Amino acid sequence: MSEKEKGIHPYIPNSAPEIKAKMMKEIGIKDIEELYDDIPGHLRFHEKLNLPDALSSEYALKRHVEKILFKNISCKDYLNFLGGGCWQHYVPAICDEINQRSEFLTAYAGEPYEDHGRFQALFEYESVMAELLDMDVVNVPTYDWCQAVSTSIRMAGRITGRKEALVSDTVSPERLMAIRNYCHPVMAVELVKHDPRNGVMDLDDLRSKMSSKTAGIYFENPSFLGFIEHQGELISEISHSHGALCLVGVDPISLGVIRPPSQYGADIVCGDIQGLGVHMYFGGGLGGFIATRDEEKYVMEYPSRLFGITKTAVDGEYGFGDVAYERTSFAEREEGKEFVGTHAALWGITAAVYLSLLGPYGIQKLDRVILQKSQYAMKNLSEIKGVRAPYFDSPHFKEFVVDFNGTGKTVEEINEALLSKNIFGGISLKAEFPELGESALYCVTEIHTKEDLDHLVRSIHESVNTEDISSVVKKG
Amino acid sequence: MVEDNTTAHRNTDKVRNFHQAKWDEPIIFELHTKGERGIEVPDAEKEIEDQIGDGVSALPANLRRIKAPALPEISQMRVLKHFLRLSQHCLGADLNVDIGQGTCTMKYSPKINEVFVRMPEVADLHPWQDKETVQGALEIIYKVDTFLREISGLAQFTFQPGGGSAAILAMASIIYAYHESRGEARERDEIITTIFSHPSDAAAAAVKGFKMITLYPDEDGLPDVEALKKALSERTAGLLITNPEDTGIFNPKIDLFTKLVHEVGGLCGYDQANANGILGITRAREADFDMCFFNLHKTFSSPHGCGGPAVGALGVKGKLKNYLPVPIVESNGKNYSVNFELPNTIGKVRAYFGVFPAVLRAYAWIMSLGSDGLKEAARVAVLNNNYVLKKIKGLRGASAPYAEGHHRIEQVRYSWKRLMEETGVTTEDVICRMADFSFHLWTSHHPFVVPEPFTVEPTESYSKDELDEYISGLERVVEEAYENPDKVKKAPYNSVVHKIDTSTLDDPKKWAITWRAYLKKHKT
Repeated sequence: MSEKEKGIHPYIPNSAPEIKAKMMKEIGIKDIEELYDDIPGHLRFHEKLNLPDALSSEYALKRHVEKILFKNISCKDYLNFLGGGCWQHYVPAICDEINQRSEFLTAYAGEPYEDHGRFQALFEYESVMAELLDMDVVNVPTYDWCQAVSTSIRMAGRITGRKEALVSDTVSPERLMAIRNYCHPVMAVELVKHDPRNGVMDLDDLRSKMSSKTAGIYFENPSFLGFIEHQGELISEISHSHGALCLVGVDPISLGVIRPPSQYGADIVCGDIQGLGVHMYFGGGLGGFIATRDEEKYVMEYPSRLFGITKTAVDGEYGFGDVAYERTSFAEREEGKEFVGTHAALWGITAAVYLSLLGPYGIQKLDRVILQKSQYAMKNLSEIKGVRAPYFDSPHFKEFVVDFNGTGKTVEEINEALLSKNIFGGISLKAEFPELGESALYCVTEIHTKEDLDHLVRSIHESVNTEDISSVVKKG
Repeated sequence: MVEDNTTAHRNTDKVRNFHQAKWDEPIIFELHTKGERGIEVPDAEKEIEDQIGDGVSALPANLRRIKAPALPEISQMRVLKHFLRLSQHCLGADLNVDIGQGTCTMKYSPKINEVFVRMPEVADLHPWQDKETVQGALEIIYKVDTFLREISGLAQFTFQPGGGSAAILAMASIIYAYHESRGEARERDEIITTIFSHPSDAAAAAVKGFKMITLYPDEDGLPDVEALKKALSERTAGLLITNPEDTGIFNPKIDLFTKLVHEVGGLCGYDQANANGILGITRAREADFDMCFFNLHKTFSSPHGCGGPAVGALGVKGKLKNYLPVPIVESNGKNYSVNFELPNTIGKVRAYFGVFPAVLRAYAWIMSLGSDGLKEAARVAVLNNNYVLKKIKGLRGASAPYAEGHHRIEQVRYSWKRLMEETGVTTEDVICRMADFSFHLWTSHHPFVVPEPFTVEPTESYSKDELDEYISGLERVVEEAYENPDKVKKAPYNSVVHKIDTSTLDDPKKWAITWRAYLKKHKT
């Protein structure tokens, strides 16, 4: 390429010299540099940015980027049992078909006229989530569950006028770190202990920590550690009797067969939509939701966009718009509720597609299959000498703690052995839950076949025992 | 040299004879047909069924859902058709000349980058996989970090914040943690920002308990230095500011701002949402900022996705590296590793490493342009902006308040004040009429310091023809406003829907945020 040809870039139409000259003439300048007259010399960066040479052809760029990405081994290449808030579920083809449409992918903040479809799709997202959650208000997605729970707690603080939150000590360590940062120094966060046998909340500890300062109590169900909390009603009664709110985090995909928190007294429900038709994307597929009853005192405390349905000048035509916009930081800056900006809308639209595809039959069947497969995995893992699954004596949904303490092996040793057999073993819990010792969090979903699960069981058996495997799993 | 044997393919003085798709599409629940099914879920194998049973029986009755969720039942192609039709009711930046969404840097998001994002080596990665199996992902994160260090002059970046507002929250959190570690958090409870900085600069900082002090512009449209001096004290925790501000005016005294804030012991955070015109031109470092953030979904080409997913890439000076959210990605020159051990870390503002696809797109975009291309993108964005400025200033009823005779950087906040006074047509009316010609136009953040505001940011992605076409749209609306204002006020006509009745949206008895709420309130 000649020097003259070099300056023209396919992404920059007006880099063409003739056009540039025409536009400069129109503005009355001889050099684009003149447009930067207001930036004093001492603030100018006079060097050339030290960046790699441009890969100006699309082909060269493709070869280069692919070469780096091919260093990754994906969960399509290996069998994956990692979960813990980012889950591998099957993504129906139509979910990707819709979220890669230029119209949705590249839209942003248009008006409810030219972007009517964005408003309707996100209203429908709110609406299908509302059915799943059995609550009447759901927000346009926030960043992720970390943000959703953090905001739920701050909402509880504003609604009750109180400054303390009680949080179950079995919540995701990731989320706990986000909660602590988001609340500090405005609200205090205190942990509530769990029963070491079955994982559920220690209600005596909860009662002893409730006070007139408690804004809300937050727990997750199914919990981060996979077990299901069966005391939901009692926990909400205890919080309500102290004038506090009951906040529950939930994996929405479980709600086809598991009772939604609103039915056992939850006031604010939150969680993540990544499992609903969005790939994991190395953690980039997350999107947070918050749901409440349709009461003014709740609605007015949301920081998020809330898209509502209304009429237009033409009879029978649906229009959409922002509900109670004045509560947002867009309208009121620091006087608004927390803040709103660019969050995870595209994943909301995707989740709407996913739940519309599944329908009531699909979501119930999906949950049944997840329960069956995860129970099968737990049962067979427990057949291995020294291995116990689940660790906690409670019903579980798709995740469960596998206890390796009786094997004499560390989680790292087991995971390394599994990796050599093309398996991503569970998340080590040692750093955040040291009391569990050599234990790991495993995730089993509808994507795992019997063969996959048997392969896992055999591989773990081989990594912890040397005796014959045939007694454990009959070859399928 | 190729001969120019083409003629102008269309008369750019005229606006399009446009009509947006209008499917009169029902709400998804209205498509419900009992018994239809959109997708079949994989079964559990017979051996599993035999061993385990139905799986559900293991749950005690009080944990089970009694009534199935009332989701719609719709066959697959109808679901597809419905959402495709909704997509056609939406004008993405790929379709329109999206320069009217000022402050948002609506630029081309290259399609090749979507190919990368959808590879299984990206889409099907779990964040906690063994690090040896995600070296490619960590390499991309590390390299974009090093690119942004160069572009900003700062020392270390994180991609965890899920957008600009989350990056502001992270900056405010670092400011708090920094003063807390020095035993001064209680005394230092004020953060200073400006009215032409994004609302989140004020709002996200207030989440951390800070009292906000907002500076207003002086006669030249720049934040008032005298007001800053008055605001500074031993209570000052920090400054959160954009430059250029949303007016597109570069503040030449920005280093005086940071100097004065540093003198009283505060930290300075640079909101670089408006960085598109200054890449390679001026940096956070030269202005002595302690922190800055870039929106990868704006300046660095990641598509906006109807409002996310996104990344507010947050960078800090070396002295603040230990305060960053964890983990950060490091390299020994050969391999890439993950560091969770930052002694003063604020913890987390989002899960994992942030939105990796946005980081990957930024990588590909920077690699496709290189140093010269990046600067060219900035220069052309500024050229386009000043070209549009010249044209809009020539429109009857329009003005560009402040900084008369000066050039602007990447955008301008204009005013229809005169148009409104002379015709009664407001910015909102102009916006509705512009939709009839395929164009989006936006007002401004609140409060409206500039009366009847509109904000245009042409970026480098639009050709001169397209800019001219957009201006023609504005010209047409102005003409109509003076000839027949009523026509503009009743718009739109060719958009998906007609004038929306917003009166129900602020009324708790009538608002309906979900279909079930709508049925309860309006259909019983």
